[in-house]
Amino acid sequence: MPDPAKTTTVVGASVARKEGRDKVTGAARYIDDLVLPGMLFGATVRSTIQRGKIKQITFPSYINWSEFTIVTAQDIPGKNCIALILDDQPCLADGAVNHAEEPILLLAHENRHQLTKAVAAIQITYDELPALNTIEESESRQEIIWGENNTFKTFLVEKGDVDAVWSQAAHIVEAEYRTGAQEQLYIENNGIIAVHHPQDGVTIWGSLQCPYYVHKAMMKLFALPEDKVRVVQTETGGAFGGKEEYPSMLAGHAALLALKSGRPVKMIYDRAEDMAATTKRHPSRTRLRTAIDAHGKILGGEIEFVIDGGAYATLSSVVLSRGTIHAGGPYNWPSIRIRSRAMATNVPPHGAFRGFGAPQSLFALERHMDRLAQVVGISPTEIRRRNFLQPGQTTTTQQAVPNEVNLPLLLDRALELSNYEAKQQAAANQNKNPAISKKKALGIAAFLHGAGFTGSGERYLDSVAGVEALPDGTVRILVSSTEFGQGTNTVLCQIAAETLSLPYTSVSIAQPDTTAVPNSGPTVASRTIMVVGKLVHSACVGLLQTLRATQSLPDPATPEQFALACAEHVAKHGNLKSYARYQAPKDVFWDDEKYRGEAYATYAWAVYVAEVTVDLLTFSATVDNFVAVQEVGKVLHPILAQGQIIGGVAQGIGFALYEKVLWQHGRMRNNQMTNYIMPTSADLPPIHVHFEEFGNPHGAYGAKGIGELPMDGPAPAILNAISAATGHEFNSIPLLPEDLFAALNPMPENPPPSPQQQSPVPVGAPQ
Amino acid sequence: MTAADTPAPKQKISFVVNGEARTISAHPMARLLDVLRLDLQLTGTKEGCGEGECGSCSVLLDGVLVNSCLVPVLQAAGTDILTIEGLSPAASSAGKLHPVQQAFLDCGGAQCGICTPGMILATVQLLAKNPSPDLPAIREGLSGNLCRCTGYLQIFQSVAEAAKRLATP
Repeated sequence: MPDPAKTTTVVGASVARKEGRDKVTGAARYIDDLVLPGMLFGATVRSTIQRGKIKQITFPSYINWSEFTIVTAQDIPGKNCIALILDDQPCLADGAVNHAEEPILLLAHENRHQLTKAVAAIQITYDELPALNTIEESESRQEIIWGENNTFKTFLVEKGDVDAVWSQAAHIVEAEYRTGAQEQLYIENNGIIAVHHPQDGVTIWGSLQCPYYVHKAMMKLFALPEDKVRVVQTETGGAFGGKEEYPSMLAGHAALLALKSGRPVKMIYDRAEDMAATTKRHPSRTRLRTAIDAHGKILGGEIEFVIDGGAYATLSSVVLSRGTIHAGGPYNWPSIRIRSRAMATNVPPHGAFRGFGAPQSLFALERHMDRLAQVVGISPTEIRRRNFLQPGQTTTTQQAVPNEVNLPLLLDRALELSNYEAKQQAAANQNKNPAISKKKALGIAAFLHGAGFTGSGERYLDSVAGVEALPDGTVRILVSSTEFGQGTNTVLCQIAAETLSLPYTSVSIAQPDTTAVPNSGPTVASRTIMVVGKLVHSACVGLLQTLRATQSLPDPATPEQFALACAEHVAKHGNLKSYARYQAPKDVFWDDEKYRGEAYATYAWAVYVAEVTVDLLTFSATVDNFVAVQEVGKVLHPILAQGQIIGGVAQGIGFALYEKVLWQHGRMRNNQMTNYIMPTSADLPPIHVHFEEFGNPHGAYGAKGIGELPMDGPAPAILNAISAATGHEFNSIPLLPEDLFAALNPMPENPPPSPQQQSPVPVGAPQ
Repeated sequence: MTAADTPAPKQKISFVVNGEARTISAHPMARLLDVLRLDLQLTGTKEGCGEGECGSCSVLLDGVLVNSCLVPVLQAAGTDILTIEGLSPAASSAGKLHPVQQAFLDCGGAQCGICTPGMILATVQLLAKNPSPDLPAIREGLSGNLCRCTGYLQIFQSVAEAAKRLATP
């Protein structure tokens, strides 16, 4: 354990991003920048219907098919599935399809343009079956499309006697909240290059988050032992969860084409295919029923949290888990019952996206808190203050809140930095003037985000990290944790340099390659710096112990003494590597059956304030100012940490106000950047980032997870502000101008025909 | 196959790229982006959307910022093209970075890096036209280049810092 009293020098400094120079010079090599000799390009033929049996596939004769490599499900050497949690998702449809865009056939050719024409030429006919498009249709079980009852997973969390509280309540408040699908929209589309060799097996290079997920999937798909599959991550141009599970699918496709053609195969999706066919954030519906006393104290409640998983199980069970555990937020629930379920629909499977279920359930809770305040007649700040979790109290899973947690401090800081009281008062005064069409208000969200895998997850992962010392006294970190913009390379190198008392420039990180690095787990779940960082720290401590034992390395040692000891050790023993394996902290216990206990080793905490203007002439809502106050343990790299928060807030603003997936017969209709709008440089407000520090004994140098946290708060803070500004309760996101207009100007369902206007056009109908 | 499907024959097209005269043989309607990346191996220019929305493929064509995915290569004949690789030719061998590149590195302007070459070239053009842009001018100047990682604010700081450094060399 690092001595907290010791002043760090490398940790806590904003050192240069490790791969930053290559990124600003254009030298960084992403997957589409790589070319192998004799390489073919691959393409995918996809289902145009949602559900049905494949009747016939026709290859029209005007194309010379002998030029193409064609792969079907029959070409799969192992099991036709993408191995992840369940093995229910086929790599290629075999006889039946369960969602639009489901892959059916693969083609490879030397010429990309020929591929486009060939994909369009293939005719597939189906016996179509009825499809399910919504959570409600899936719940109705009008069709059974998955398992026995369309349900991928359910959870039940119970604390106290919730059935007893309703009779004691001064108020019972019920409401329903919804969130939509959201596209990750990394700027680099998914891409893979695969090689198959009869003796060496399968090699994959690609844009991906989790090399060992792809490794596991390829072993099963090709029925190969682990040493016959090699997965290498190339520079990755954004991921946000969108490259957690999908790359296993794309790697399988490229590798099958490589097997059949005997040549390297590159598959790079274009934007339209990436948006239509790959995973998005799970749409959700949350129903809350809350019992409160006359002062606004929560007595207990029931939460029903449901997500739309799409056609296959993929990661829905774990997304549901995180959403379920976060559903109670940072508040004290003396009693609660949370029931949750992930339902199947005939749309492309939804998947990981920053926040992973928590932004959905926290949106509902934080909107609901404002509703409770209204019912009681107190302010949104006061309702939160009266219910904040305090040290000694327990979360919904009965995890004790540590002594150092101080939520009122975060709230006070956020109110102070946003000048909340004065601005809220001024806005309220201005909103009374009917001549002013611009209505203003401030909205708050308080929330928490668990760092690391949920429950027993880190125990099952059993992660390993290593460091290798070279004879010149430089050190290389060996982990499968990946860099995709968030700063993995930089911060892990800081941790190693700090622990070894070396300059930052003396530490590098190996390219994630399953033949060269141990499995340090997937790069997800805000776990890398806290969990893997701690393992890197332990591996470095092990390295020092070895050198002190074998080479009499002094303590403390200068970098020169360290280099000398490394050189001598390597000369004698061949190499010098040190590994560390995850050990569950003694105070972390989780009951998988009852869903009770330490859901996460630690939580990050936050209070966000959004200042919003709603223009009742244009029906646009604009965020004018944003304050993000959070506690993420020790900030190891201030610029990167701020960058994570600002970037997450920007995605959260998009989630709330801009990003709307339009579905038509189970397909994304607006699968272009032209029609699916993410925030531009002109759209974002000033975002003020402030860190408090409560401390964390579990992370390297006291760090907690940070990446997902900022995704949770913006949407409810913004909708709270819009609701306060307009006096209308908005409970669904995304909330675009047309949605605002429709809500504030309700049209009668059957408008009476008027002589002037014979055919009224309903709002939102195609003109 | 109809006549419309038949690509026009390749022709020789000459231009200057990063200070060097180049002649390539390409279909006149080939995208400048593909010619740069595939024929000239200048892979620092990235494709993000292929429809002129994201700006990752930005290059300077006679000093004007263009989306190279929307430029038929014939239109580039006789022009002077600057890609990210031409901004600081010595940088590839650990030499000095261009001040805009250095500012992006120092201020957190690059995260995943895929939008970075385009964003840096947009900044170079912005500062050429307006050496000391205020925040609204920076927002406007970069509004054709999308970034999903940073939320832009550290990019704005990078631009302001680069402007400051260029003003006081």
